[in-house]
Amino acid sequence: MLLVQLWQFILDPANAFWDHTVAYLEVCAVSVVLATVLGIAIGVAVVRSPLLSFLAVNLSGLMRAIPIIAFLAAALPYLGVGFKPTIVALTLLGIPPILLNTYTGIRGIEPAIIDAARGMGLNTRQILLRIQVPLVLPIVAAGVRTSAVQIVATATLAAIIGAGGYGEYIVNGLYEFKTVQILAGALPVALLALLIELLMGWLQRALTPAGLRVQETALSEAARA
Amino acid sequence: MARIAFHEVSKYYRGASKPAVDHVSFEVAESSICMLLGTSGSGKTTLLRMVNRLIEPSSGTITIDGHSILEENPIQLRRRIGYVIQQVGLFPHMTIAENVRLTAEIAGWSKARMESRVDELLTLVGLDPAEYRRRYPRQLSGGQQQRVGLARALAADPAILLMDEPFGALDAITRVHLQEELQRIQREMRKTILFVTHDVEEAFRLGDQIAILSEGRLVQIGTPVDLLLKPANEFVSRLIGSDNIQRQLQYLPVSSAMLTGTEAAGRYENQPRCSSEATLLEALMSLIASGAHSLIVYDEQSQAPIGTITLSAINQAITTARHAEAEKTTASPTH
Repeated sequence: MLLVQLWQFILDPANAFWDHTVAYLEVCAVSVVLATVLGIAIGVAVVRSPLLSFLAVNLSGLMRAIPIIAFLAAALPYLGVGFKPTIVALTLLGIPPILLNTYTGIRGIEPAIIDAARGMGLNTRQILLRIQVPLVLPIVAAGVRTSAVQIVATATLAAIIGAGGYGEYIVNGLYEFKTVQILAGALPVALLALLIELLMGWLQRALTPAGLRVQETALSEAARA
Repeated sequence: MARIAFHEVSKYYRGASKPAVDHVSFEVAESSICMLLGTSGSGKTTLLRMVNRLIEPSSGTITIDGHSILEENPIQLRRRIGYVIQQVGLFPHMTIAENVRLTAEIAGWSKARMESRVDELLTLVGLDPAEYRRRYPRQLSGGQQQRVGLARALAADPAILLMDEPFGALDAITRVHLQEELQRIQREMRKTILFVTHDVEEAFRLGDQIAILSEGRLVQIGTPVDLLLKPANEFVSRLIGSDNIQRQLQYLPVSSAMLTGTEAAGRYENQPRCSSEATLLEALMSLIASGAHSLIVYDEQSQAPIGTITLSAINQAITTARHAEAEKTTASPTH
């Protein structure tokens, strides 16, 4: 019964479900892309400086502790309402996991690997493209996965500052106490978050080189020589 | 062609009270193995890494066949020098074949040539190509990884190999295995090898020459026999264990204890033979095994008898070496 009502609600052109879907996806996609670009860029930029990386790592941790709703409220006087502050807020939310994973990924490369590569006569570009990028990419992808799921799950709050999307159903539904309307917002968000999680999980595995996927399975076998 | 020469090479680090490498000069002959032996902090690794310019000297010059390496592009320089390190540093995301052929790939070799080179090198280091080519480093034991490390360093056929404690992290049995493999490979390839170690036994086993470093200075350089018979000071004799009977027997040549002239006259008949290039240990073993009173020493080249060796002569030689050492120690107690 509830599902039928939900289906009718979605199909009703007056509710503009399609428009809200597009708005929601747009907000999420832009935020994820920006967070990825900025997260990687900052991560790469700070990795060589102990001071900068200390700052970046700790600020990232701190930022994850600030509720997004508090941020939205605090940013309201400066950024106003609508699409732009939503993107800023969600991007800031998405940066920390990507930044942290980029940083730890680069730091995690065994120094001996880079030393060997330099000693063999690889130049900086070759070391970057042939060694560092393939080794760090799967770890960065894991960060993007966390960020994307977080962004998708949090973007409903955008409705509070008028950026539209599924959040509008939830906010209005709560206000008018309409279960169907709340579900019309909450269910697609849940489904979308799951889908992103699965998709990014697959991507992360695809980006992990075979040599890193093999754990020391054959070690007992190898130990004989 | 690859003779390496160090001229007054020094390395100062900012904030350090003493130089890491202090006016070091010596030469490494072409196709020979020179062991850099010293304790940690002796500057041996710094010295090694200056040869491929992973570290730049503060002063002095290093030449290869008379040409200063400081005038060469570091990247090009490194590509013609093989580099093997203790932690191996294989690229974990690449297969064994990809690891081995990387330098050849960068040098622009054809695919077919690279493939045959990979197989050739894996065979050389004792790994069956069919079995290992497509494996990943993490599927290999430490000893196997270092075999791949050696194959990778040899890929582009460099004339020089730099080895930084390559077998230091391996268990004793695997280490001896790989030392023997390196000796076998060296007989075939005749590279000029600079080899850092803190293991005296390894230095004696592998080195044509041993350069002993302490606190950044070159204390002594010589063949294992030179160092055993004429250690420059107490530090050297302690480090290499000049009074170590086993080491003396293992490395001193028969010629150091051989009786010649009248002492040996008339003893050339019906005695077991022994090469002039054999060690005292080998002579001792055949004396015991044959039960003979003495062995006839034959010149390795001419096959002519040149002297004899007896148990007491061996005993005498070792005792003399140890006494000489003891006298030197008392004569110059301060270093």
